[in-house]
Amino acid sequence: MTADAPIIQLRNVTKTFGSGPAAFQALKGVDLDIAAGDFVAVMGPSGSGKSTTMNILGCLDVPTSGAFLFKGVHVERLDRDQRALLRRKYFGFVFQGFNLLPRTSALENVELPLLYRGEEKHKRREVAMQALDKVGLKDWWDHTPGELSGGQQQRVAIARAIVTQPDVLLADEPTGNLDTARSLEIMELLSEFNATGITVLMVTHEPDMAAYARTVVHFRDGLVERVDQHHHQGQAVGS
Amino acid sequence: MFGTTIILAFRAIRRHMLRSFLTILGIVIGVAAVVTMVTLGNGATAAVQEQISSLGSNILQVRPGQGFGRGGGGPQPPDFKPEDVDAIRNQVAGVTAVAPMAQSTGTAVREGANWSTTINGTTSDYFIAQQWPMAAGRTFSSAEEQAGKAVCILGNTVRTNLFRQEDPIGQRFRIKDITCTVIGVLQTRGQGGFGNDQDDVVLMPIKTVQRRFAGTRDIRVIMVAVDPAYETGSVQESLSALLRERRGIIGGKEDDFNIFDTKQIADTLSGTTQILTALLGAVAAVSLLVGGIGIMNIMLVSVTERTREIGIRLAIGAVAREVMMQFLVEAVALACLGGVIGIVIALAASLALAPVLRVPFSFDVQINLLAFVFSAAIGVIFGYFPARRAASLNPIDALRHE
Ligand SMILES: Nc1ncnc2c1ncn2[C@@H]1O[C@H](COP(=O)(O)OP(=O)(O)OP(=O)(O)O)[C@@H](O)[C@H]1O
Ligand SMILES: [Mg+2]
Repeated sequence: MTADAPIIQLRNVTKTFGSGPAAFQALKGVDLDIAAGDFVAVMGPSGSGKSTTMNILGCLDVPTSGAFLFKGVHVERLDRDQRALLRRKYFGFVFQGFNLLPRTSALENVELPLLYRGEEKHKRREVAMQALDKVGLKDWWDHTPGELSGGQQQRVAIARAIVTQPDVLLADEPTGNLDTARSLEIMELLSEFNATGITVLMVTHEPDMAAYARTVVHFRDGLVERVDQHHHQGQAVGS
Repeated sequence: MFGTTIILAFRAIRRHMLRSFLTILGIVIGVAAVVTMVTLGNGATAAVQEQISSLGSNILQVRPGQGFGRGGGGPQPPDFKPEDVDAIRNQVAGVTAVAPMAQSTGTAVREGANWSTTINGTTSDYFIAQQWPMAAGRTFSSAEEQAGKAVCILGNTVRTNLFRQEDPIGQRFRIKDITCTVIGVLQTRGQGGFGNDQDDVVLMPIKTVQRRFAGTRDIRVIMVAVDPAYETGSVQESLSALLRERRGIIGGKEDDFNIFDTKQIADTLSGTTQILTALLGAVAAVSLLVGGIGIMNIMLVSVTERTREIGIRLAIGAVAREVMMQFLVEAVALACLGGVIGIVIALAASLALAPVLRVPFSFDVQINLLAFVFSAAIGVIFGYFPARRAASLNPIDALRHE
């Protein structure tokens, strides 16, 4: 969409879990550029390092070596709290397990990121309601996760992820727990938000879901094996 | 930022009502126990002190013999004589009243009403020494005292039992084998320091008691009221010196009389109740500590149970400090809530128990405030460790937690 520098750049990123003989290298030197506004699907066999990469991209984890630049900033040099503030400001997360706060209404769940941003009450309500409206759950605002179906819960999670109008939306197997019809609904939503300019990165095992993306990154054994561009949804974005 | 934390903490408390209740139960019981103990204990101390001040302040009681439990063998030391009383009055400085006492017991009879009581022979100095005002009538005149007239002043218990609603002044009744005329009634005093009824008494001029009942001029007890401006100890010393001289005790020989300072018993007694209060309070404070550990215990469980929630918060962009504050505020809010509930229960319990234990209810702002501050402090101390643990969680691990 833009010719600017990539919003996300991974340079020779490695990640090693554990130490000594039990050490395991999950990432073995990943290089990846993501352009702002792109819709990226990450694919690959189980254990190939997809989630590990997503965690680093979401500033939840840091690489063992190499560089992760977000908007030109070296995230690997930031401390815990600085990364938290970065997440608060620029990132939205959708998880496979929905991860909503239990016994908490949909509205309060969606409000949570706004609360941490220090928005005042009536603004919080208003913006959170708008977000719930966008995922089609306006009338369900006072239901707790236990009273919602899986698809509805994931839509609440998406509302929570986009309520702060993040630059980047990270989704690790967002449809992993849903049937095909529900999954397609989620993909439609992600496409919609991508169309408003949000960069979307999504891990999936299903080619049907990956078909919604413009860029497909294939992982294998802790490395990026291949990057495919789908031209059907518009212009290609170079990697 | 702080407002956010408070909102989050209260949401969490509301969402886990049962657990919150169980968490604070220990604090509630601990605070309730401490405050109840101390409130009732203070009431008991106040009651004892009041009863003791009703004995009259700064009175020295002089008796023959070497005090309680001593002087078993040998001849019985002689009682005091009326001359001793005059000598004390005239020669000891710092004495406001000197009342000789001669005691007897007997049954008072009037129109079929029978009442067995204590008869105290004394002088009008007695009322000054005891600071015991009259409810009606007057005290003995010096003419009555000199002549040993059959006049009497009634304690309220005797008055009620003999005269019911009637006005007793000027009436006559029989006591032992004499008939006496009521000239006054004393104000009600209630229970004495040893649980005795101080109003169950008939007072007569000492000469009357000596002549008609005892048949001697001997005086068993002399009450000496000390001028508050004087040191009780020094008055006691000059009193002792005078009596030794009069009773012919010289050199290193031991006294054959004893001087008993009522203020001393007062201090001992109220000291005892105070120690008891402190002791009970301390035992209750231990339960408060246990309550604090209960908070820590359940907050730690809560951190584990809510690991995923913490992960979500961290992923959404909460910084460690915010997560820590949320748990800390939760613990403190719970502890304070427990403290308030405990205080309310304690006040209700004290109000209910005070009449049963026959102690006055005295609301002590200090102990209530202290209990509240203490529970808040428990919240901070025992909430800190779980809160720090919550904040130090790694977001990825926390999210993956089942
Ligand atoms: N915290 C950890 N400690 C040790 N090893 C880990 C840790 N996290 C991931 N791994 C290992 O790193 C490798 C990559 O894991 P990752 O979760 O990135 O895989 P994935 O591509 O997301 O797989 P899946 O498709 O099953 O989700 C795996 O072999 C995994 O066992
Ligand atoms: Mg994964």
